[in-house]
Amino acid sequence: MLKKKKVNGFDYLIHLVLLAGVIIVAFPFIWMILSSLKSLPDFYSFSFWPSKLDFSGYKYIFEETDFLQWYINSIIIGAIVTLSCLVFNSLIGYTLAKYKFVGGKTIFILILSTLMIPTEMLVIPWYVMGTKVNLIDSYLGIMFPGLIEAFGIFLMRQFMLGIPDDLLDAARIDGMGELKIFWRIALPQVKPALSALGIITFLGNWNAYLWPVIVISSDKMRTIPVGISLYATGDSGGIQWNTIMGMSTLAIIPMIIVFLIFQRRIVEGIALTGVKG
Amino acid sequence: MENYQQLFKDEVFWKSVWNTCKYVIITVPIQMALGLLIALALERIQHFRWFYRMIYFLPYITSVIAVSWVWRLMFEPSVGFFNELIGWFGLPSQKWLSDPKLALFCICAVMIWQAMGFSMLIFMAGLQGIPKQLYEAAQIDGAGRWKMFWKITLPLLNPTIVFLAVTGVISALQTFAQIQSLTASSGASAGGPLNSTVSIVVYMYQNAFSEFNMEYASAVAVVLFIFILLVTLLQMKVLNKSYEY
Repeated sequence: MLKKKKVNGFDYLIHLVLLAGVIIVAFPFIWMILSSLKSLPDFYSFSFWPSKLDFSGYKYIFEETDFLQWYINSIIIGAIVTLSCLVFNSLIGYTLAKYKFVGGKTIFILILSTLMIPTEMLVIPWYVMGTKVNLIDSYLGIMFPGLIEAFGIFLMRQFMLGIPDDLLDAARIDGMGELKIFWRIALPQVKPALSALGIITFLGNWNAYLWPVIVISSDKMRTIPVGISLYATGDSGGIQWNTIMGMSTLAIIPMIIVFLIFQRRIVEGIALTGVKG
Repeated sequence: MENYQQLFKDEVFWKSVWNTCKYVIITVPIQMALGLLIALALERIQHFRWFYRMIYFLPYITSVIAVSWVWRLMFEPSVGFFNELIGWFGLPSQKWLSDPKLALFCICAVMIWQAMGFSMLIFMAGLQGIPKQLYEAAQIDGAGRWKMFWKITLPLLNPTIVFLAVTGVISALQTFAQIQSLTASSGASAGGPLNSTVSIVVYMYQNAFSEFNMEYASAVAVVLFIFILLVTLLQMKVLNKSYEY
């Protein structure tokens, strides 16, 4: 009896410490929202709350900047890259896992070895190539490095290996075409991997910065991170904090809402790819 | 080869290599330790686990650029939150990101804040993989909580720790977006003040896309690649060891 009581006290302490941590971790988000509702004079001296709710930052974002366009760009690019990744990576992964052909193993090792090369090293060749074939400052230019990608192939192959061959052979005996087997039998077996791959691909594209900031030159083509960063450092004379915080809020809050809705799936997906990768 | 000869004489380049090492050495152990602590705490409690997990993981999924600007506002010397906060405790104001001695640590704090949730998540998965019978057996043998942690939990988490260390080191080696949005402004390029925060990738980016010296920047990129290759090879060596439980 005594022992149980002691454990309970310790549990409360843990909750207290965890709650303190929650406040520290979540504080920047609260600060961001509060600051986006301040008027510019509020930034002349320190103030915790906005002196009055002021939406001029948001008004400025929608009337004077191309923020809406950047948003649309980010969504289009994220959607196309994610879709392409899901289709092509799973097709290649399936082929490498379930078909025996000459050079299959070599191809797999070649694909794997590209995982070691960091994006940072590739951006310069990509840029030089891109200028030669006129890909700079276009959707395709922003997207092409992500359309098919080694990690996704590796992930899909690992999961496709787990599908029993008998299942596929049974379908073959029933006279199903190879493509149909892939679509109707193999893919449904690896749904968790597909959703994990889709989530990390979309997240990665939504937050991508290094390559987009290099390849984009015109205002209209910017994605959200590129837009915020270039607006904050260049476009405005002097830093307009409420506008920047408004942009950050608009970029982050929808992500948080999506995360809250799909919480379990996202967390499991990231843990899954983390552990398998 | 001329580029490499020039590179080895370049002081800013060596500064960037040294800073990158600092980013790795500071952020990786701290974010892993904090992640493990949170994961262990969450393992203990029964209620609200999903709530804590959600909040601690939130920074990891948000855009680096957007949140870095929020931190930059909080670090602002005249109107920022941090100077107000330490003012309450009677400490003198700091210049944070404009102070060459402090700037790198400020960036590290932002990096740790973002990466901690990922470590937590992976550690939670790792902890779940440890068979509960081991703890029961140890308890019968009379082992204390502390001893169980050192003799059971930590050794069995070894693969998780190796994985997190490797991914952590690789991503810290590639630090770019945080530095860009915390230190660049319309007047000054990233990596300031006085190059105190410049990293290898920032230096490569500046050479390639501000100076348009692609050859020189490629040489910098090759150095980064060698670092990452070394880490990966080390990982293979460590992972190929088998663990006997």
